[in-house]
Amino acid sequence: MYDFTSFTTWVHNALYSSMSPGWAMLIELAIVGIIFIAFYAVIGLYLVYAERKVCALIQNRKGPNRVGPLGLFQTIADLFKLLGKELIKIKNADQFLFNLAPFIVIIASFMAIAALPFAKGLHAIDLNIGIFYLFAVSSLGVIGILLAGWSSNSKYSLIGAIRSGAQVVSYELSVGLALLSVVIFSGSMQLSTIVESQANGWWIIKGHIPAIISFLIFLVASTAETNRGPFDLAEAESELTAGFHTEYSGIKFAFFFLAEYMNMFIVAAIASTVFLGGWMPFHLPGLDGMNHVMDYIPGFVWFLGKTAFIIFIMMWFKWTFPRLRIDQLLKLEWKYLLPLNLMNIVLIAFIVLMGWYIK
Amino acid sequence: MNIFKYFGEVFGAIRSLWAGMRVTGYYSIRPGKVVTQKYPENRKTLVIADRFKGEVIMTHDSNNQHTCNGCGICEMNCPNGSIEIISNKITNAEGKSERIIDKHIYHLSMCTFCGLCIKTCPSGSIKWGHDFEHAVFDRNKLTKVLNQPGSSIRKEIKEVKETKEA
Repeated sequence: MYDFTSFTTWVHNALYSSMSPGWAMLIELAIVGIIFIAFYAVIGLYLVYAERKVCALIQNRKGPNRVGPLGLFQTIADLFKLLGKELIKIKNADQFLFNLAPFIVIIASFMAIAALPFAKGLHAIDLNIGIFYLFAVSSLGVIGILLAGWSSNSKYSLIGAIRSGAQVVSYELSVGLALLSVVIFSGSMQLSTIVESQANGWWIIKGHIPAIISFLIFLVASTAETNRGPFDLAEAESELTAGFHTEYSGIKFAFFFLAEYMNMFIVAAIASTVFLGGWMPFHLPGLDGMNHVMDYIPGFVWFLGKTAFIIFIMMWFKWTFPRLRIDQLLKLEWKYLLPLNLMNIVLIAFIVLMGWYIK
Repeated sequence: MNIFKYFGEVFGAIRSLWAGMRVTGYYSIRPGKVVTQKYPENRKTLVIADRFKGEVIMTHDSNNQHTCNGCGICEMNCPNGSIEIISNKITNAEGKSERIIDKHIYHLSMCTFCGLCIKTCPSGSIKWGHDFEHAVFDRNKLTKVLNQPGSSIRKEIKEVKETKEA
């Protein structure tokens, strides 16, 4: 496995030896920022494309196929269209909060990708409380959604925002508890340590039944947390026109749209990091030849592949199930997911205590 | 609440959700069954169903003859006045006064495609055409004259009617 630490330390030393430490740090920050902005834009746009294609496949349609080969440039054209649109000024809206809200949403998702380990040694910051940080930052987005709904001076926006608040506050618990199961297994909150602990097998395999239960709970709860279908009550096209972003137009709307898809990428990346081994290649004990071939595939390919797999599952059930009602949504969380999750945590603690997982 | 009922509900839910996902998953891996078509490219091979209501047309035979005698039933039956018939009175070879149509005017812009005109036409001279690309830049182009210029009425209407009834 290629270790990116050598590359990053080389860049670091080259910068620090050629200029003053202050400038070197500034340039490092700028490089990381530019890389992440480019990554953000590309991933956000192509997830929109992927969603439209997956939806088309499920509904026996062709999907976007006009702009570029296989319609690959469709979403880029959409972005330019949105850039050219007028930013409509809403009467009696709280202008400051109205303009601030999309930035809060997009910054919240931007902060989360900083902590993701893309490959060995390839992450912006490796906090020793990585999971805690991700969990905290990903719940910041709801503030932006609430502000957007409140400041728009529209009943649809307000209803959407309140729904989103109720939904995110309750599903946060399940996401946290599901991630806690892997923290118990690996004994660490640092994402790099969690990935290293899966070198001899992913947690979903090593942790067998309880890990699979918490993986499924994580999938459901994180889909709800990102306001995606079938839990998209916050935007609910058929009831609330577009929920909290009804009044937004042009590039501000595009920010919400991009942030939604980026949040999906982030939760899929978290799921693949903690449950499916992150950038760790797939190894089977005893088959040294195959394990050796697997090692040649670079880490970020493994990481992005697993993330894409989970994103596909999330799209798959978005286009399968109808939207839940708000009472069904809260019942699902408080009556089923949370009690099951708590029981599962106790079970995992017992299993780890007795050493009944695959070591 | 009974604990067995609770877990029964959970497993039942998982089973029914999986059943739904199996259906959509089955469709997603069968791109050969795609039902949408690439429209402007497939104009040559486009199949339009017989019952398709594109526009009202008048059938003409190879001698540029139609069967419309200008009775005006279609004009009367049209709920929104999309049809106007301008007819002339001429004297035929036998010295009798006879009505022939000058212009059978059809306003496509007002038509709701209800089909009452075609259903009630006693001589079967108008029917549904299958053309559907009606977009034009000038609204006046949507007002069409259905009888072709220089066309005349075919005389054997009566016989056709009688044989049909017999």
